[in-house]
Amino acid sequence: MTGFRTLLYKELLRFWKVAVQTVAAPVLTAVLYLVVFAYALGGRVRVYDSIPYTDFLVPGLVMMSVLQNAFANSSSSLVQSKLTGNIVFVLLAPISYAEFFAAYVLASTVRGLVVGMGVLAATFGFVDLGLHAPFWALAFAVLGAGLLGALGVLAGILSEKIDQMAAFQNFVIMPLTFLSGVFYSIHALPEFWLRLSHANPFFYMIDGFRYGFFGVSDAAPALSLAVVSASLIAVSFACLALLKSGYKLRH
Amino acid sequence: MEQGEFFGLLGPNGAGKTTLINVIAGLARADSGSARVMGADVAKDYRRARRMLGVVPQELVFDPFFTVRETLRLQSGYFGIRGNDAWIDEVLEHLDLASKADVNMRALSGGMKRRVLVAQALVHKPPLIVLDEPTAGVDVELRQGLWQFVRRLNRDGHTIVLTTHYLEEAETHCNRIAMLKAGRIVALDSTRNLLDSLSGLELRLRLDREALPQPFPGRLVSQDGARFHLRLQDYRDLEAALARLREAGASILEMELEPHDLEDVFLHLTGRTS
Repeated sequence: MTGFRTLLYKELLRFWKVAVQTVAAPVLTAVLYLVVFAYALGGRVRVYDSIPYTDFLVPGLVMMSVLQNAFANSSSSLVQSKLTGNIVFVLLAPISYAEFFAAYVLASTVRGLVVGMGVLAATFGFVDLGLHAPFWALAFAVLGAGLLGALGVLAGILSEKIDQMAAFQNFVIMPLTFLSGVFYSIHALPEFWLRLSHANPFFYMIDGFRYGFFGVSDAAPALSLAVVSASLIAVSFACLALLKSGYKLRH
Repeated sequence: MEQGEFFGLLGPNGAGKTTLINVIAGLARADSGSARVMGADVAKDYRRARRMLGVVPQELVFDPFFTVRETLRLQSGYFGIRGNDAWIDEVLEHLDLASKADVNMRALSGGMKRRVLVAQALVHKPPLIVLDEPTAGVDVELRQGLWQFVRRLNRDGHTIVLTTHYLEEAETHCNRIAMLKAGRIVALDSTRNLLDSLSGLELRLRLDREALPQPFPGRLVSQDGARFHLRLQDYRDLEAALARLREAGASILEMELEPHDLEDVFLHLTGRTS
């Protein structure tokens, strides 16, 4: 277990050493989103009858930050290690592929949660959020971060260059997060887009997380939890199969 | 390779030296066949195999996030070792890196980074150490220090496998050598036997005349006026050649005698010589 623990510690240290870039910067970005959207739309939009728009927006922004940073952590760490070649130090060590996977995903989960808590703390003065069901919120935050951490490992294995990883981030992760109902409730969408949103696993993460705060959601929280868990399991199996085969890591 | 050896792996670029090392280290999967490190299969029993193996990779790789000491502590941890600072300090001392322990890897010169790679391969005191081109980019003085340390490790019972382009390094340090060409072993023998395998001496002469007395021992390879390049079988041939010149009253103005070195063996076996 020491090998796994060391790799986990290394991955945590890696982002913590550059926390300005990996934690503070995404917190600032989220706060800017909040300021701009809240002032532009706050008075005019009401998503649920009882909830002001700014309040509605905050959990979405928190979760978006959790997801994006969890993804960024494992994907950029892996791609950088592959590009610079220092991945060899881990590959030479007696660490199993499952330990390798778990260390990267866990470190990504921690980074996602740290950034998420940072965003929540930064928005503390703006909004007065209740916590209807804290365990639901926590479950979605942890599973969502884990899922994106695993997707980051997948992207990291598949990408050979920074631009391939950036393409994965810009053309897959970003659209899926933006179209998941961070800034709006999908029940306001036309029928076609409503159905499409239901095919987006990111929607269930945001919606379920929001349920934890307000006790209202577009989908039943148990269904959301099932979708997120199933996605996490599916992506994990894909990653483990690739790691076991040594695809693009062991030639 | 036998336990305790200082083993050389030689061959031209593309011969398969690094591929072979990668298979042993688990960095590459063999299409067929198997490899074992001290009895542990590198695929099936990879944890045991990797614990017994320390590899110094050919490329100058490092993690720019960490200092030298952090790098070595992390590497120890990957191998399941905690509280390894006493050994880390000893290795740093021998590799002349003690003053750089708390310096970030980015700030080190190429030669220092190379020595950190050596240190990383040694953190878990592996019985088998593989050095893939370890002296590339390391200056002469440090190269000597590195070899002293590696020889000490060998004396202490570590098996050393070396690939190098500097044939004189292999000649100096290795007891046994395998020569590879296009993925196949073309020679595997003790360094002494390989050197002895090419019989003969190269003799270069400049005389006071443009003809050799006939008959003359050995084989004339080339002639340029009064300069002769001959290939002789052994030192008896040399004695006979000198006697013939004396009988004919010829004077030697210049003479050069070259015994074969590993490079000749290498070129001969890899088919790059006439």
